[in-house]
Amino acid sequence: MRKSGFLPRLTYASTTWIFVLAAVLALPFADLAVSALHPGAEFARLLAGIVSPAFSAIEVWSIVWTVAFAVLGVAAGCTAGLVLAVFYDRSRLLRFGAAFLRSVHELFWALFLMQITGLSPATGILAIALPYTGIFAKVFAEFFEEADRSAENVLPQGASALSRFSFARLPVVAEQIKTYTLYRLECGMRSTLVLGFVGLPTIGFHLESYFKEGHYSEATALLLSFYVLIGTRRLWARPATLPALILVSFLVLPAAVGNSSLWANMARFFRHDIVPAPLRPDSPAHAHAWTAFGSWAWRIISQQMGPGALETLILGQIALVAAGALALLLYPVVSRRFLGRAGHYLGRAMLVVVRSTPEYMLAFLLLQLMGPSMLPAIIALSLHNGAIIAYLLGRQADQLQLRADAPKGASLYFYQTTPTLYGQFLAYVLYRWELILRESAIFGILGVKTLGYYVDAAISELRIDTAALLLVGVAVLSMSVDAFSRHLRRRLRIDGFPVRLSAAHDADQAQSPATYGGPAHAQQPVV
Amino acid sequence: MAAAVRLEAVNAGYNGVPVLHDISLSIEPGERVAIMGRSGAGKTTLLNTIYRHYADSVALIPQASALVANLSVFHNVFMGCLDRHSTLYNLRTLIWPPAAEIKAVTRVLGAVGLEDKLFARAGELSGGQQQRTSVARAMLNGRPIVLGDEPVSALDRVQAREVLRLLSERHETKVFALHDIRLALEHTDRIVLLEDGRIALDEPSAALSYERLLPHFGDELR
Repeated sequence: MRKSGFLPRLTYASTTWIFVLAAVLALPFADLAVSALHPGAEFARLLAGIVSPAFSAIEVWSIVWTVAFAVLGVAAGCTAGLVLAVFYDRSRLLRFGAAFLRSVHELFWALFLMQITGLSPATGILAIALPYTGIFAKVFAEFFEEADRSAENVLPQGASALSRFSFARLPVVAEQIKTYTLYRLECGMRSTLVLGFVGLPTIGFHLESYFKEGHYSEATALLLSFYVLIGTRRLWARPATLPALILVSFLVLPAAVGNSSLWANMARFFRHDIVPAPLRPDSPAHAHAWTAFGSWAWRIISQQMGPGALETLILGQIALVAAGALALLLYPVVSRRFLGRAGHYLGRAMLVVVRSTPEYMLAFLLLQLMGPSMLPAIIALSLHNGAIIAYLLGRQADQLQLRADAPKGASLYFYQTTPTLYGQFLAYVLYRWELILRESAIFGILGVKTLGYYVDAAISELRIDTAALLLVGVAVLSMSVDAFSRHLRRRLRIDGFPVRLSAAHDADQAQSPATYGGPAHAQQPVV
Repeated sequence: MAAAVRLEAVNAGYNGVPVLHDISLSIEPGERVAIMGRSGAGKTTLLNTIYRHYADSVALIPQASALVANLSVFHNVFMGCLDRHSTLYNLRTLIWPPAAEIKAVTRVLGAVGLEDKLFARAGELSGGQQQRTSVARAMLNGRPIVLGDEPVSALDRVQAREVLRLLSERHETKVFALHDIRLALEHTDRIVLLEDGRIALDEPSAALSYERLLPHFGDELR
């Protein structure tokens, strides 16, 4: 028996209980009140709006710009990520840089970039491109690592590195890169939609005012058009149409609001705004700048970063456990094993809705309905992530090979599928922990006092230096949870299991044994 | 004349497990050598060891055809001469193949009977066609020593004979791992038989016979 660190010996059961216990302990610290005066009445108005969409109110240009920002942002991120992926295993600094880029949410990037590029297309595109570069770099690097090297090994000695790469490495993973990039384009559109909530002219911009003013028919129509866009992605975004898409996206970009000089903004941002106040040349505390800096940093860390991080962890913990519970309840409903063909179609429908509905927008809507507290954020996070894990588990359950006289219904659920898939379930949940935490931090912009709350407040008061320090806190928290989750998965020996939605999706589409994952699949419980 | 390949008391392993023990082998330029033995005897490890020592002058035909499934047959064969051109020229050929290269590749493909598959995707070929593509790649590479690990295992006897003859014409020194005794007797000058990672027999093919070699394979060949 191996014992290490402060944790008791980890089993599937003990891990589960530790997480549930942590969530229960977090509950008293979470504000779960419903403070709206008439949530029922507002909800009824929402339902009435949903069944009577007002299609005449669709803001066509907001849809065009959502697609344009997403296409250009994802294209830039994909290109930069591909270059980084080539050198990924050679540079620790590069890996750290990529981890930092992706640990900061695109909304935070947007808030920061606005200080330099203003309310302009560049802000929208870069806000997507920066975090996506980090994601693409990591995922593409994994593709390269797991790729078949046999053709490369046969190449004649003396061929240049670039020749070797372009003939024997890139083509081997080209298919995976293509599928993954197009999948990411969908995520990119969700992200750009959300950028509208902080002022960029995408769909979210109009959704925000519709939701605020209770114009649910208009919001429904706009959202439905977004669902159609995502649902038909395969028709309009394919390798052959990409050059045209990118070109047209460039041509339709909106003009920037206001005309300020980029260089002047950049100079101000890097020379003044982002420099901690006590260290600026014009600081009154110039004589003892470093002492002043110390107390400045400590004040932010103790009064904002600490409480914000704690609140983020509390929200994340409750949402994580709620998402896990929801996933376990829901997965039989989307599995062929339990509901036959109906399960298959339910699963597809659920996936489309979940993938097209940004958590941030859902939280914003629930906030309008229920009033400010942590509850809307918890519901939004657990619905989104619970549904995704349920979908993934449903697919895994479909693939299980059961004996001919296997039990049915509840017995099948409790004696066969759930125990068999439990390790896989934990792998999914632990993988999603970091994603949930990233999102929890951002929900601060909606008023929950997570880290995002303090970042947003600092930026609106133009204390960019404070916001930057807080953002470092966000990144550290996110990377620590990622590392801890990885550690747990290793100790539970579930680190070889597939965790990505894109992987399950590819396999499902291709109707073939998973196209992604190579060696990882060898360790899958049952295929 | 200096030997084309010379190994002296070489030990080699695979994943840390010793496979070859104390192998001394010298192959003269122009020789045709068959490496034989039961599966697991160390044939592939021996070829890989030779490849590591003489990579600069070897054209390799690995056991699995080792093609890039997403590229055309043309590009897979062209890979055999990536070292001879500038990077820029190679990239250009990836996107827009020059007529001269198409001609050169068509010639070697014609030799293995695949000229009609020039721009077919390598992943769509049958096992035998993939093997012949791999052979064509080695022929285009043209380096003096060809190392073939079961280079004709997926071909019928007629095709196998033809491919071995072509390789013999194209490359000066030939070392093939083979399991077909008759093919080895017919197409090589010398047979090296491995047993448990050691050389159990090393004699001119002319001095050997099917009956003499058969017992070394046990019931692996019926």
